[in-house]
Amino acid sequence: MRSGFKPLLGAVCAFPLSGCIGWQSALSPHGAQSGSLLRLIWLFVVVCAVVWILVIVVLAVALFRRRPIGNEPPLLEPSRESRLNGIIAAATVMTVLVIGTLTLVSFVATRGLDSADENVLTLRMRGFQWWWEITYLDASRPDRIFLSPNEIHVPVGRPVRVRLSADDVIHSFWVPSLAGKKDLIPGRDNAITFTATRPGVYRGQCAEFCGLQHAHMAFLVIAETPQSFEAWRRSQIAEAASPSNDEEKRGQSVFTVKACAACHTVRGTSASGSLGPDLTHVASRRYIASGLLETTRGSLAAWIADPQTLKPGSNMPSVPLSSDELRDVSAYMASLK
Amino acid sequence: MSTSDIAPDARDTALQEKALAERLASLWATPRGILGALSTVDHKIIGRRYIVTAFIFLLLGGVLALAIRIQLARPENRFLGADIYNQVFTVHGSNMMFLFAVPVMEAFGVYLVPLMVGTRNIAFPRLNAFSYWIYLAGGITLWAALALDMGPDIGWFAYVPLSGPQFGAGKRADIWAQMITFTELSALAVAVEIVVTVFKQRAPGMSLDRIPLFVWSMLVTSFLIIMAMPAIMVASTTLILDRLVGTHFYNPAEGGDVLLWQHLFWFFGHPEVYIIFLPAVGMVSSIVTTFARRPIVGYLPLVLALFATGILAFGLWVHHMFVVGLPRVGESFFTASSMAIAVPNGIQIFCWLATLWDGRPQFRTPLLFVVAFIITFVIGGLTGVMVASVPLDTQVHDTYFVVAHFHYVLIGGAVFPLLGAVYYWYPKIVGRMMNERLGRWVVALLFVGFNLTFFPMHILGLIGMPRRVYTYGPEMHWGGLNLFVSLSAVILAVGFVLFFYDAIRSAFSGEIAPENPWGAPTLEWATSSPPPSCNFERIPVVSGSYPLWEEPHALSVATGLRINRRELLVTSISDASPQARESSPRNSIWPFLAAIASTVMLLSSIFSPWAVVWGSVPIAVTLIMWFWPKGTPEDIS
Repeated sequence: MRSGFKPLLGAVCAFPLSGCIGWQSALSPHGAQSGSLLRLIWLFVVVCAVVWILVIVVLAVALFRRRPIGNEPPLLEPSRESRLNGIIAAATVMTVLVIGTLTLVSFVATRGLDSADENVLTLRMRGFQWWWEITYLDASRPDRIFLSPNEIHVPVGRPVRVRLSADDVIHSFWVPSLAGKKDLIPGRDNAITFTATRPGVYRGQCAEFCGLQHAHMAFLVIAETPQSFEAWRRSQIAEAASPSNDEEKRGQSVFTVKACAACHTVRGTSASGSLGPDLTHVASRRYIASGLLETTRGSLAAWIADPQTLKPGSNMPSVPLSSDELRDVSAYMASLK
Repeated sequence: MSTSDIAPDARDTALQEKALAERLASLWATPRGILGALSTVDHKIIGRRYIVTAFIFLLLGGVLALAIRIQLARPENRFLGADIYNQVFTVHGSNMMFLFAVPVMEAFGVYLVPLMVGTRNIAFPRLNAFSYWIYLAGGITLWAALALDMGPDIGWFAYVPLSGPQFGAGKRADIWAQMITFTELSALAVAVEIVVTVFKQRAPGMSLDRIPLFVWSMLVTSFLIIMAMPAIMVASTTLILDRLVGTHFYNPAEGGDVLLWQHLFWFFGHPEVYIIFLPAVGMVSSIVTTFARRPIVGYLPLVLALFATGILAFGLWVHHMFVVGLPRVGESFFTASSMAIAVPNGIQIFCWLATLWDGRPQFRTPLLFVVAFIITFVIGGLTGVMVASVPLDTQVHDTYFVVAHFHYVLIGGAVFPLLGAVYYWYPKIVGRMMNERLGRWVVALLFVGFNLTFFPMHILGLIGMPRRVYTYGPEMHWGGLNLFVSLSAVILAVGFVLFFYDAIRSAFSGEIAPENPWGAPTLEWATSSPPPSCNFERIPVVSGSYPLWEEPHALSVATGLRINRRELLVTSISDASPQARESSPRNSIWPFLAAIASTVMLLSSIFSPWAVVWGSVPIAVTLIMWFWPKGTPEDIS
């Protein structure tokens, strides 16, 4: 299993680990949908800029043009009034034409966003305060279903349909570099489709205010070649890696005996809680706590030791651990690639 | 002269000018002392209180805005924590919408509409007094809650389930919902007063086609309030019921629907924008007419545009919900209607431009605010066209692009005209002029500060920054623009501070204002500055749309009103021909006491539903005293 993972790691490391400009930007599209949306945005921007400049030019001339001398309120000539009204009517007709055109363009663009591809990859995404649970479905092979909290991997070029739902409050799925957004609403089912056109790491973030830690509810979409994607999928379907040394072994027993296992699952062990993210492959993901910290042994230890300082209000409680236990359990977590 | 000296049916024709002025002054006066202040029903005193209170809320809301900008200036800043930040942005938004923008526009209506239509007091003046106290109570509730660290933290549109019983802990969401009840109650009261004042109390001769545009805009606004506010009152009441007595309007597990809240809220929330914007449009029309030294071009298109905007305003609430997954057909309809509202707004811009083009613009501070308004509001309107497009909106919805858009519409579109209106009507309200030189500085600082603060937010939204995040990581590369925005906000703040300084200083040391300092054409300038307690000693009669331009030396007046009781003239709706003399209510302490009783009931109901039962007893008592029959016939034709 380890050996199948290495090319994947190599591919992933080819992209800067944190913070490239444009990994969460509507202005740098890397998907079919975001590309056509950006063209639409530019079209609107250009049309609006032209209209605005016209208004400002007319305003400037209206204010500063030379006028015959005199200061009394002028008497109104009916012919002059009707000429001015005619100009206003003409400008109104122009407005209607511009607005009508933009409306039609908008309708056409909406249609283009629907992708009815047979070969679509379907995921299920549920939003929680404040993290994302992604389920990779496989209708024919239930044993191939797995969870990937806060991180989505997709093959480049293949349409992905994400079925969205929420159980607590409203959240919103948004990966601007790939597609627009769609809300996750309790009691309703939504879906969004996107197709990544280039390999890369794209960041998404909850866009609907969802409470205390709305700011820290991010996830990654990692687009990779179909081969890398399949390799990743195989690695994720597998059960958790067994502890390879004493420290990790002690960490595993701390994890399963203490409160951790009440909320988290590590497949292949007795830990099968479902309130928090599945940790079977936690160390294979780039971030922990929904985009808050890059995954390292140190950040895992810091998070386990004091989640309420790092992410106040998070549902992760501070579990009392001795420093030895903390070291062991963080070693174990870091081994769960 | 005491009342006993006057025959019961004495008319104003019996007295000379000076004696009549004294007689009316004592008849309409507000007594000195606290009791007098609490029981006045003078629309000018109440309007002035409304305006001052609303501007205090603007100042407080501005302080919160600066706190937000400090917090967001750097990545991972720790100036405000998540909890405080969420309270701060919620109170900032709720305060600016419910305690500043809507009330301040209504306040100008309360002060100006009776003067502009040439009557002596607003219709239902005791209701007017009540509405102010209720508004004040709602405002104090919200700010006291924030001071006690129990301010609402759910955003100004308080989406369920976040604001519902399961996720909105404590009393925070209840405070928000009840604050809504207070402010909507007061807004509805004022709306009804303005509709009746405009329909039935216009000066003789002021037929529908001679109504000043500001009065038209307040009339349309009032109808919007009457039709939109019930939706939000239903919404906030059902939310409170969910939270306090366990109903399930918004609980999907029990058959409720979380989207119902959004429909109800935005059915109010979008017209709300026009409730704020339309009065500003009326202010712009007034200012443009006066300072272009020319009757407005396109009076009829402007009035029709007001109505078109008012009607369309109810047909586009769904554009706030383009990403909740509604059927395509519905979304297309609301795209079309949201785009269409650009047309009446365009017509208004064209009419003002044509008026300025053909007139002789005088560059005084109010007109400078109008220029700043046109430049910024057109940007806000055009970004409004962008967010009306469903596909485009899926990228910018709930991002800083939208934050930029609605500040362009609300500050550029409403606050700039409002400040222009303050400079314009200040001499009438206070009796002194504001400082022209400071005024120019205020315009310049606000215009530059505003655009530098809010324009970059469009870009922040496009590069991925969602709204309502209390912080962001350095890896997001939003730090530079955010720092720029925060520094620019300082310029904006300095502009506002200078405005407040000018407004306060001028009240004491401004140049004394004559009756009509700007040479304006409408009736409010036909009386002294500030106006006497009865507004007009003799009711003016008008024969055109611009009475002071058409009859610059002496207006015709109507006579025959009684002088031993407060009396005003009731006229017909369409052509304003006199129909009846109507007595106008005297001062009364009961509206104030009724407001206190309502406040006790509404606030207690947050803590116990039974408060609705026992709390209604004192309300009933105060209302009975308020409406106690006087035993005299009311209307005399």
